[in-house]
Amino acid sequence: MKSVETAKVISSRNITANIYDLVLECPKIASEAVPGQFVEVYTGRSDLLLARPISICEILGNRLRLVYQVVGKGTEIFSKLGLGDELRILGPCGNGYKLNKEKSALLVGGGIGIPPLLETAKQLGGKVTVVLAARTKDLLVLEDEFAKLGAKVYTATDDGSVGFKGNAVELLRQEDLKADVIYSCGPKIMLKFLTEYAIEKNMECQVSMEERMACGIGACVGCVVKIKNGDDWEHKKVCKDGPVFEGREVVWE
Amino acid sequence: MNTKVNICGVEFKNPVMTASGTFGSGREYSEFVDLNRLGGVVVKGVADKPWKGNDAPRIAEVYGGMLNSVGLQNPGVDYFIKEDIPFLRQYDTNIIVNVCGHSIEEYVNVVKRLRGEDVDMLELNISCPNVSEGGMAFGTDCTMIENVVSAVKKEADKPLIVKLSPNVTDITETAKAAVSGGADALSLINTLTGMKIDIYKRKPVLSRKIGGMSGPAVKPVALRMVYQVCKCVDVPVIGLGGISTAEDAIEFIMAGAAGIAIGTANFFNPTATVNVIEGIEKFMLEHGINDLSEIRGIID
Repeated sequence: MKSVETAKVISSRNITANIYDLVLECPKIASEAVPGQFVEVYTGRSDLLLARPISICEILGNRLRLVYQVVGKGTEIFSKLGLGDELRILGPCGNGYKLNKEKSALLVGGGIGIPPLLETAKQLGGKVTVVLAARTKDLLVLEDEFAKLGAKVYTATDDGSVGFKGNAVELLRQEDLKADVIYSCGPKIMLKFLTEYAIEKNMECQVSMEERMACGIGACVGCVVKIKNGDDWEHKKVCKDGPVFEGREVVWE
Repeated sequence: MNTKVNICGVEFKNPVMTASGTFGSGREYSEFVDLNRLGGVVVKGVADKPWKGNDAPRIAEVYGGMLNSVGLQNPGVDYFIKEDIPFLRQYDTNIIVNVCGHSIEEYVNVVKRLRGEDVDMLELNISCPNVSEGGMAFGTDCTMIENVVSAVKKEADKPLIVKLSPNVTDITETAKAAVSGGADALSLINTLTGMKIDIYKRKPVLSRKIGGMSGPAVKPVALRMVYQVCKCVDVPVIGLGGISTAEDAIEFIMAGAAGIAIGTANFFNPTATVNVIEGIEKFMLEHGINDLSEIRGIID
């Protein structure tokens, strides 16, 4: 069950570059949340009406941790919040990953797609293989936290400032990483090539998608992706049918 | 205190409805509001066959509002009859079906298919700006309006609302054309055409470049048009366009609207409909208004 809740800011800090870490007290939404879901965060401003969809990085009892990147005026407002401030959020939105603890897992995160994989790794028991990729060192977050869970962590940056020089899928190929199931989140182009890799290696590949949305609950039909339907395709909603889809079902463009 | 209104013989427990395309068929918002509270649910546009809609991105935020270019994605009238009517009928609220089509024939097909179905009213969508055939193409030319409205009216077994586009020079002309075609009521406004450009990517934000603007920023335009139309036709008018609060709704009622609809406000406040209903009741109580007819159309 989704709800709208006034959340209290427990902590808000800048991790690196323009990436922020926000912990909110929101008992109703936190108690319902599962890994891979997101919350809609309202700016409280009449000129910035639409909520900003932000993935859930960690579920901590009656709190949620959100790790997000400042990409515009809305997220800039969030970055200026401090202890005790309040903001309205709606959630939990969408369907999370289909977790299967019986099967070996490979988690692949690109850029600001990394955060939702932390709770996913936790709930899979920690001992998973994780590939974290970003443009550059400053944008590659949470590496130590995955390691603390007991995960085997690989990193890649486009500029080689840390880890493997190249993208996530190139790293997967070089290391010949395999598992039963891939859980992933990141830029569309990464998810597309990751899906191709998964098909080649005969792996299941859950991808978490993103698209511009207005309502976050399936009413406005704004945030669509093309999903295969027999010989044809249909538009499915990221917010309600997703954000997690099986990579094989997505019509990649 | 009486918030009831009667529109074309259909009784509404209050004048508050939902704007088509912002509330699905009520399922999503039933987690946030009791649909029994609403005067009516105007469902998302229904066509004779499933429509895929436009490519993403379909949404852009603009100052005080948003643009959309959904393109009337819908699963078709058969699905609507099978799934949505039974869902909505669990609630004590009126069902108003927004009817869309690419051609007169398609509009007529939907209305024929809905004959005998358990719905309360029909709303003819001749004002969507996001489809290349039908929609607004029908709703900005008076002769076309009269033709499509009269063709649909012949087949309709429920009162017919015609939803007007604000993208015209003189809204009173298109309003009169709809009424002479046989409209039992009018609703206005649909979205205003608008655009947003991403200056860093040097391209429009919406895949279809131009979309429909809605939200609080369009309210003064909508109110002006509702006021003008109420002065020139004798049929009931449902006012919408940026209504987000009870104060907004009361402005439209004072301008002459028999009913009002909440659209984009649902997106930034999922309980907007019920908030507006409660706000209207509070206003009536505080100002000694026993029936909305006491304030309806009081603006000269």
